[in-house]
Amino acid sequence: MIDILIVDDSAAIRKILQRVIRQADIPIGNVIEAGDGKEALEAMKTQTIGLILSDINMPNMDGIEMLGHLKANDAWKNVPVVMVSTEGSQAKVLEAVQLGAAGYVRKPFNADQIKEKLAAFF
Amino acid sequence: MTDTPQTEIISQADLVATMTTATLEVFSTMLGMEVTAGEILTEHTVSATNTSGVVSIVGIAGVWSGTGGVACSGTLACKLSGHFLMAEYESVNDDVLDAVGEITNMIIGNVKTALEDRLGPMGLSTPTVIFGRNFQTRSARSHEWTVIPFDCGTERIFVQMCIGPNSNASRTVRPGFQLPEVLNF
Repeated sequence: MIDILIVDDSAAIRKILQRVIRQADIPIGNVIEAGDGKEALEAMKTQTIGLILSDINMPNMDGIEMLGHLKANDAWKNVPVVMVSTEGSQAKVLEAVQLGAAGYVRKPFNADQIKEKLAAFF
Repeated sequence: MTDTPQTEIISQADLVATMTTATLEVFSTMLGMEVTAGEILTEHTVSATNTSGVVSIVGIAGVWSGTGGVACSGTLACKLSGHFLMAEYESVNDDVLDAVGEITNMIIGNVKTALEDRLGPMGLSTPTVIFGRNFQTRSARSHEWTVIPFDCGTERIFVQMCIGPNSNASRTVRPGFQLPEVLNF
């Protein structure tokens, strides 16, 4: 059982991802939410997160900057981060991959795309 | 990596096609709804018919810049949010405003991504969503608005963009991002 962290400034998207994760046939513990990269890094300090689904464009700290902080931290660098974003430019996707993103799902997504991506980590 | 000449221009027909594709995809994938594109309108036509309800706006910045957004009645906003979040909404609340903002973000974000192949990199602001009566939105830019009405049952949602070459591309507050358009009520 692993805990999953959802990082998105849209409460609507967090709610949808929560529902999809709960429907997926995978052993999940807690699902924790953060509204931006800063909140996510704070959550990482107090929770044992096994997988992160993160938006890219967010206020305060975007997903790319958050990814950089995660990969620079020995305790967090091996936690897989899947980017789930409207941001589909090659440059941004490449930047995320080069920083160590474990996957990318473009919005709009359907539930099967998310479940398939999640299943790869179990 | 995109390496497009900055002088490339897109026609309104291209923009309409891109906006239509993005809108249909968001509605079918995230909302499980079918909408039908209507005849293209001009900005003042929308203002006259849509002075109450929900308006959601995102700023676009880069070599090309502008504004994109959606507008619809409060009733339709509740219906769309219900499909999006699998819940029922009888009035516009925070959930509805957030859902409309995210729908806007996905539609305009996908238009932006499609246009970047030809126009070069652009940034997208987070959405601003307004709900009220008797208000007008207005862009200080001189570029023309492209407004597409989509029929959704008995209601209409308007997807609109105003975008053009950015003569002040260097005046960004950070790479790829510029403050959104002025909003006048």
